[in-house]
Amino acid sequence: MNALFEYLVRLGDDSLIIGHRLSEWCGHGPILEEDIAMTNLSLDFIGQATSFLKYAGEVEGKGRTEDDLAYLRFDRDYRNLLLVEQPNGDFGMTIVRQFLFDAYRKLLFERLIHSKDETIAAIAAKSLKETKYHLKHSSEWVIRLGDGTEESHQRVQDSLDTLWRYTSELFYADEVDEKLVKDGVIPSMEGLESAWKASVNEVLAEATLKVPDNNWKHEGGRKGMHSEHLGYILAELQYMQRAYPGLEW
Amino acid sequence: MVTEKEIWQYLEEVFDPEVPVLTVIDLGVVQKVSLESDVCKVTITPTYSGCPAMKRIEDDIIEKLTEKGVPKTEVELVLSPAWTTDWITEAGRKKLKEYGIAPPEDEPDKTVLFAKPVVVPCPNCGSRDTRMVSQFGSTACKAHYQCNDCLEPFDYFKCLR
Ligand SMILES: [Zn+2]
Repeated sequence: MNALFEYLVRLGDDSLIIGHRLSEWCGHGPILEEDIAMTNLSLDFIGQATSFLKYAGEVEGKGRTEDDLAYLRFDRDYRNLLLVEQPNGDFGMTIVRQFLFDAYRKLLFERLIHSKDETIAAIAAKSLKETKYHLKHSSEWVIRLGDGTEESHQRVQDSLDTLWRYTSELFYADEVDEKLVKDGVIPSMEGLESAWKASVNEVLAEATLKVPDNNWKHEGGRKGMHSEHLGYILAELQYMQRAYPGLEW
Repeated sequence: MVTEKEIWQYLEEVFDPEVPVLTVIDLGVVQKVSLESDVCKVTITPTYSGCPAMKRIEDDIIEKLTEKGVPKTEVELVLSPAWTTDWITEAGRKKLKEYGIAPPEDEPDKTVLFAKPVVVPCPNCGSRDTRMVSQFGSTACKAHYQCNDCLEPFDYFKCLR
């Protein structure tokens, strides 16, 4: 197994799938400004996915492009977190999912900018600037909805309770991570989880939301074991390339 | 035989497809120009990761230089160092304002939630009494504002650092 390829696909697939989920809001946002916001965020993520998957293809050395990787793999070959493939639900659910993910991504990229791999460091530096915007956007909405009306509070609390079980996977690490840390390609991720908890808890407290205390964990995405939702995403995402192989515009 | 200096001048005629008053030089995306035998290599850096204008900018650079008689042009996209709005030139800022887009202001740290939004003067009447309508505007790089005095709705080219 090529650890670097595997790691890049994990980063790229997280961006690709959450980018796709956000794009599903196009034309369905609760207000025009948020419709535009979510599609703009989606663009950033698909751009990040392009960078990571392009590099993954180069590292693999089998001539696969970023498009080949995005459009022509099967579900079990995707390495994204279960969190990012969860359905959009209502606006509050999408915002909570985004917030949990953005908080993780910001801390992750703050470490990856120190990667000894120049390309990873460059993509991380580029993405970090965007992620700061994303996190500000999602955090402010979590607070606004959590500390809003009884209805909005209850809805985001329910979303948080539903999505919480997928957050332990953010810190999943296996032989891939171990090898890259050992080889000095990526910095150690020690302390990432506690830093994430601290930053998330701060916003949740401000939002008057209760941090869920369930310890049920749901993992598998990093090994290609997905929830039933990924298949439906891929059916839509891959439709054009599957129906018209090699289609370009 | 074309010189590097001439290439830089030709690039002053390549415009950003989304903000057509700005040239790629004003925007600060051109990192390097080099000439080797007859091949001209232009290195550019993307504004935002998913900016759909980058491919178009690439094509436009090649088209412009070909039109100017450069035999072969290659455009290379590099991510590092990452683009920042600090690279928009003074001339570029002036053109943005005249075009009706407020240029980037010195913004506070984005980790501060619900920070008082930066004062963005209205490009129409100059009033400092404006409000942010949406953090995201017509393109990824802009936010949407409105002037409380003349009521002009306008785009603000937000600060990216
Ligand atoms: Zn005005």
